[in-house]
Amino acid sequence: MTRITVQVDDESYTDEVEPRTLLVHYLREQLGKTGTVVGCDTSNCGACTVHLDGRSVKSCNVLAVQADGHEVTTIEGLAKNGELHPMQAAFHECHALQCGYCTPGMIMQSIDLLNENPTPTEKEIRAGLEGNLCRCTGYHNIVRAVQTASGQEVAS
Amino acid sequence: MTLIEDRPDIAVKEIGRERLRKEDQRLITGRTKWTDNITLPGMLHMAMVRSPFAHANIININVDAAKAAPHVKAVLTGADLGDGQGVLINAWAITTDQKTPVHLPMPSARVSFAGEIVAVVVARTAAAARDAAELVDVDYEELPAALDLRENAEDKVLAHPDLGTNKSAFWKFDSAEAGTGGNVDEAIATARAEGIVIERDYRQQRLIPAFMEPRSVVVDPTGEQITMWSATQVPHIVRFALAATTGVPESKIRVIAPDVGGGFGGKLQVTPEEWIAWAVGRRLGKPVKYTETRSESLMAAHHGRDQWQKLTLAATKEGKVTGLKVELLADLGSYVAVVGGGVPVLGAFMFNAIYKFPAYQFTCQTVFSNKAWTDAYRGAGRPEATFGIERLMDELANELGVDPFVVREMNWITHEEFPFTTVAGLEYDSGNYEAATAKAKESFGYDALRAEQKQRRDSGDRVQLGIGVSTFTEMCGLAPSRVLGSLNYGAGGWEHASVRMLATGKVEVVTGASAHGQGHETAFSQIIADRLGVPFEDVEVLHGDTQTAPKGLDTYGSRSLVVGGEALVKAADKVIEKARPVAAHLLEASVDDIEFSAGRFSVKGTDQGLAIQEIAGAVFVAHNLPDGMEPSLDSDATYDPINFNYPHGTHLCALEIDTETGQITMRKYTCVDDIGNVINPLIVSGQMHGGLTQGIAQALFEEAVYDDSGTLVSGSFVDYLVPTAADMISFDIGHTTTPSLTNTLGTKGVGEAGTIASTPAVVNAVVDALRQFGVDDVQMPCTPERVWKAIQSGGQKQQVPTEAAAVPHFDESEGGTP
Repeated sequence: MTRITVQVDDESYTDEVEPRTLLVHYLREQLGKTGTVVGCDTSNCGACTVHLDGRSVKSCNVLAVQADGHEVTTIEGLAKNGELHPMQAAFHECHALQCGYCTPGMIMQSIDLLNENPTPTEKEIRAGLEGNLCRCTGYHNIVRAVQTASGQEVAS
Repeated sequence: MTLIEDRPDIAVKEIGRERLRKEDQRLITGRTKWTDNITLPGMLHMAMVRSPFAHANIININVDAAKAAPHVKAVLTGADLGDGQGVLINAWAITTDQKTPVHLPMPSARVSFAGEIVAVVVARTAAAARDAAELVDVDYEELPAALDLRENAEDKVLAHPDLGTNKSAFWKFDSAEAGTGGNVDEAIATARAEGIVIERDYRQQRLIPAFMEPRSVVVDPTGEQITMWSATQVPHIVRFALAATTGVPESKIRVIAPDVGGGFGGKLQVTPEEWIAWAVGRRLGKPVKYTETRSESLMAAHHGRDQWQKLTLAATKEGKVTGLKVELLADLGSYVAVVGGGVPVLGAFMFNAIYKFPAYQFTCQTVFSNKAWTDAYRGAGRPEATFGIERLMDELANELGVDPFVVREMNWITHEEFPFTTVAGLEYDSGNYEAATAKAKESFGYDALRAEQKQRRDSGDRVQLGIGVSTFTEMCGLAPSRVLGSLNYGAGGWEHASVRMLATGKVEVVTGASAHGQGHETAFSQIIADRLGVPFEDVEVLHGDTQTAPKGLDTYGSRSLVVGGEALVKAADKVIEKARPVAAHLLEASVDDIEFSAGRFSVKGTDQGLAIQEIAGAVFVAHNLPDGMEPSLDSDATYDPINFNYPHGTHLCALEIDTETGQITMRKYTCVDDIGNVINPLIVSGQMHGGLTQGIAQALFEEAVYDDSGTLVSGSFVDYLVPTAADMISFDIGHTTTPSLTNTLGTKGVGEAGTIASTPAVVNAVVDALRQFGVDDVQMPCTPERVWKAIQSGGQKQQVPTEAAAVPHFDESEGGTP
């Protein structure tokens, strides 16, 4: 077992973990952060996307020990003081989710996308979300949500 | 058939509004209740040991090392579980002599597909269970595997040697025999002599529903009822089947579908994993959980489609269709799943589509193989049928040298002809194919794109434009129980709803339709808000738990709104009728003088009145009610639909094909669908976008591929190509509206519409671009490899499998692991 200290959603946690523990399993099973989910075993689907020191990572592709001394933000830490993050609000307003399983990862990746490129074109949005799979929406409204959150004009 | 004439003049408020979804809040903040999130005190975790062979005898299973591994509580085989494990049912024997092998959750003698469970490890953590599963040592004696659908139909290799055949059931509909039309063989003979005959073999490849949430099940055997949480579309069906097969009384079983992450038919099943968790939980007396990995999901959750379609279309030389003959082979996989062979039969009524065909015959042979079992996948039977006929109509247009719309217009039912009884015996209540088509062509810019296509062809452009057309209709709203009975289905097709008026004036609505992403909470709240005149926010929709929603037949087949919504309307109307005498009593008026409008009971010709919430409060305290009145407004309704409903639409696809590489780029996709009255346009658009994407994915990307030993080589998201955002474009969707006459709200199903029409529209576009090279078909999925080969072959047979080298992960010489 290895002792790690990780800042998750603005709270500090110190825990013993098996070195092989994936960050996503640490979040879900030890911290109860079940908002972050597992959708595949090959890092294709992106459902488990979180931010590590402000950059998006697939938490199934990071060991918990690699997060030692770092800061993790999950979907559960986005809303502040009861106010939704603008990307969460945009997903709601644009009907960018149906079953909602991909949504936490999709929102975390979309925020990272705009951090890198505040006014992306539709093509850039689609390329930036390529690592996150959604089976319900056909991506149409997800693209619109990202456009909305970026303050750009949105076609219907 | 009785059409419902009683359509009260509802002041349009909530219905038709783009209400943002109620259910979003928890989903966008991570406060969800997926089954895998559930942790119970003392809960144990299960891992499955699965057969790597498609067909093998189990000689011996050594579990000693696994049992001795850390934290392991039990290792159990099929022999250990014995009869207590129950069996997995087939609810629809399509013929009375259907061959249906016994489907044990965990067999002990023989496995019949790669992925079948042979042992289960139970441990204190999921990781320990999985580690120990690796230590279970199984000796197999490999048997020849039945893997090719056409060869299997000839019984070359038997999937179940004891059966003596791979043929499960043969189902037939013939319009001459049914009295709904003429003799198809005569029509074909006449066409051979003096008209046009189009004969084609089309392949519906095997697909995987690939819902995003892997299946998960938790069983808690502590307490008086045994509780199962499952990522399922069908909690009520699971409860019934557990009771029917495991010896536990139905009244002792509670099944909960909490938040469920997509289904698309893929979670319309009774699964070995659920049954094994049930057996293990009961045996150990402890809560147990099992969550599959994505690889397990792709390998062992049911697959969809997988047919060969042999089609013969007869027409006059002018292009008027005189007959259609459909001969299907459908791969069931290794067992007959819960709906199983019923899926192709659902297509039997749809091959004639929107057309007036004088003669029609449909036959289907269901066939076993040593592959994962097949069952419903979005559209279930109807996409296959629509693909077949819409590809043929294009071939007919090509034969005549006319625009594809010309033959469609020549043969479709015109809007004056409704209600129309089809050659398959269904009564289409309403529709307007002309209007949807005109609107779609205009929005698409059909003529301009045809001009660009011509210009690219004439100039020999490296990038060629293909324009694909598809119309469709579908029967949805499963289903009138009498119809299901006549088809030998094992259950009815009704739906149940309750409306409970709470003391504070809030309303609880209980529905037997179990949502998994559709937005029932929002849409049903809109219906109730209008019907009872209460605020949208005051309506709470409860579902997915057999304790709170004890009656129901769940969600599939585009039924929730058109069947479940109608049950809701009827329950709400009963509430109003119960409240009316209370209002009369309190207002000291005659019941006949009480009017109800917008949530208020008032006395005719006066300004006196009471809100429905005030009546609810008065009924709760029950201090002053009419003599003998039961103090409750709560009402139930169970609605059995009188007919299906028939949405329709016209879809247009333009795509660019790089003729040097075979690369396809989507250019524009327009659809105009008539789905009747719309409750929530936002939710409808979402259903369309998602449906279109799944249909396009069948045309271009997805296929479950088995190698020649029966191993699924597309067993991860690396190899099974669920499209990404970068593979898709924004869609142009529109609507025309002819209200359905078979339900009060005038609605039609929408859940499957996009999937049904988009696949043929895309393939028609591919073929349209390539016809100049002598190509008349490209087998799905139309990968760049297949498109390129089609161009190179100049019209040779396109039905070639993907080359082995295209799967290098499994090729040792390429550095992969076999």
